[in-house]
Amino acid sequence: MFNEEFETLPRPALEALQLKRLQTMLERIYANVPFYRQALDKAGIKPSQVKSLEDLQRLPFTYKQDMRDSYPYGLFAARMEDIVRIHASSGTTGKPTVVGYTRKDIETWSELMARSFAAAGVHRGDIIHNSYGYGLFTGGLGAHYGAERLGASVIPMSGGNTKKQIMIMKDFGSTVLTCTPSYSLFMSEAAVEENVDFRNLSLRVGIFGAEPWSDSMRKEIEGKLNLSAIDIYGLSEIMGPGVAIECQEAKQGLHIWEDHFIPEIINPDTGAVLPPGSLGELVITTITKEGIPLLRYRTRDITSITYAPCVCGRTHARIARMSGRSDDMLIIRGVNVFPSQIESILMGIEGVEPHYVLIVDRKENLDVLEVQVEVGENIFSDEVKHLQALSHGIEKEIKDMLGISCKVRLVEPKTIARSEGKAKRVIDNRSLGK
Amino acid sequence: MQVEQISIFIENKSGRLAEVTRILGENCINIRTLSLADTSDFGILRLIVNDREKACSVLKSNGFTVNRTEVVAVEVPDRPGGLSAILQALDRASINVEYMYAFVERCGENAVMIFRFDETAKAITTLQSNNFSILPGERLYTM
Ligand SMILES: [Zn+2]
Repeated sequence: MFNEEFETLPRPALEALQLKRLQTMLERIYANVPFYRQALDKAGIKPSQVKSLEDLQRLPFTYKQDMRDSYPYGLFAARMEDIVRIHASSGTTGKPTVVGYTRKDIETWSELMARSFAAAGVHRGDIIHNSYGYGLFTGGLGAHYGAERLGASVIPMSGGNTKKQIMIMKDFGSTVLTCTPSYSLFMSEAAVEENVDFRNLSLRVGIFGAEPWSDSMRKEIEGKLNLSAIDIYGLSEIMGPGVAIECQEAKQGLHIWEDHFIPEIINPDTGAVLPPGSLGELVITTITKEGIPLLRYRTRDITSITYAPCVCGRTHARIARMSGRSDDMLIIRGVNVFPSQIESILMGIEGVEPHYVLIVDRKENLDVLEVQVEVGENIFSDEVKHLQALSHGIEKEIKDMLGISCKVRLVEPKTIARSEGKAKRVIDNRSLGK
Repeated sequence: MQVEQISIFIENKSGRLAEVTRILGENCINIRTLSLADTSDFGILRLIVNDREKACSVLKSNGFTVNRTEVVAVEVPDRPGGLSAILQALDRASINVEYMYAFVERCGENAVMIFRFDETAKAITTLQSNNFSILPGERLYTM
């Protein structure tokens, strides 16, 4: 462990520390950020009235839109002369969201990233091949500073120029790879063309993040790249990479560094805090950040949380691997359904490929869900009864797991539109009639 | 003694069947016989063609899901009770017929039926021991 004292802090001490830091943070944003002063006044709560961690639930949320509205520096809580670094997330529409770091913020981020590397089994002496992009995006520099803080050797590759990446990985003897999971698979395909066999490289650990990926993708990556693949979570609004990471020992959920962040899981519709184990939207409060502290930031990422002790000895809570974005959530006859839940049911059925589309309609005032599943060679049969048993089996599984009735329609391959990158999974026809 | 049949998954929407026959026709593949099993959502088109390899590859490259199965072609005496005698023999041996359909061409005086069994090898032995005539694939593909 990189910081054993804090990573294994007994929970009562950890929670006492969180409360103290939360109170300090609230005083700070109330004094320095007009947006938060107004929001807290509107909610009728003074920072001094926050006496327990439970009180956090009474405080207002911060949305991505609030960051856009205060573009570029409106939410900063530090003076510009104390800001030593500025990053921005690539907004898919309109202006990016801008974040600023004080010197202390950079130190904290470096430490948390160093902790994350250590949790993944990386240590001094490792050669870290960092293929996260360097630039406005937080990935490259975040991993870079953490690697140096840990004392490992870091190769600042950034993204692109895959041929050269493979040559360097081979010649420099890289032992750790950091990039997006999809880029790691792209590299493994490119390596085949270059006649480089990943089994002959020195790679031992891969730390993959910045996009959601499944356990089946993990198996594929581990098989093709011959390394142990670790999931890392972070977002630029909160800090960047290193907010949470899986430990090498368990690889069951990502430890979120609770001495710096307070995580909550909420129902994205009502905003109510959900008990541990429930699937909902991850909300994060940063309690040590100086540049741009955020109160109850709505990440839109869907996960669950557990406070159960972990075999690695860390006391910090673990969040489950991301199962989607709350924007994708469907409410069907009052039941919350995430496309990823249907996907994992489909993936659990032998031979079924993850090519599906959910179509929601309203018929006679009732929501009707149709799940279209492509029939590939693995599940095709010349007998009608086998295909019907398959579709009824999927219907039953969805009913058992999610509590909703649906109709499974088997469709020809490729009839489900493939889009560049992310596939369109949901067609909701109800909004037209609303 | 078996015949190789090609099955194709098609959605129940207009033009899909025509699309299959168009692709096969353009590639000079001769359909010896076909049968369509359909439900409200989808259909399974079963074909016996002169060139199975080519048929499979052109259909797959056009995005269809295709598989191959072994079926049995049996000569059926063209008289009342001809088919019944075959089914009774199979029933006595507890062999299930999954489905069957007629072959377009006749074999001399006899009609030809295509059978899909749950136990193909056992069905062939049973039919032969009851003196029914089974047509080998090579004959059917070019008949
Ligand atoms: Zn752990």
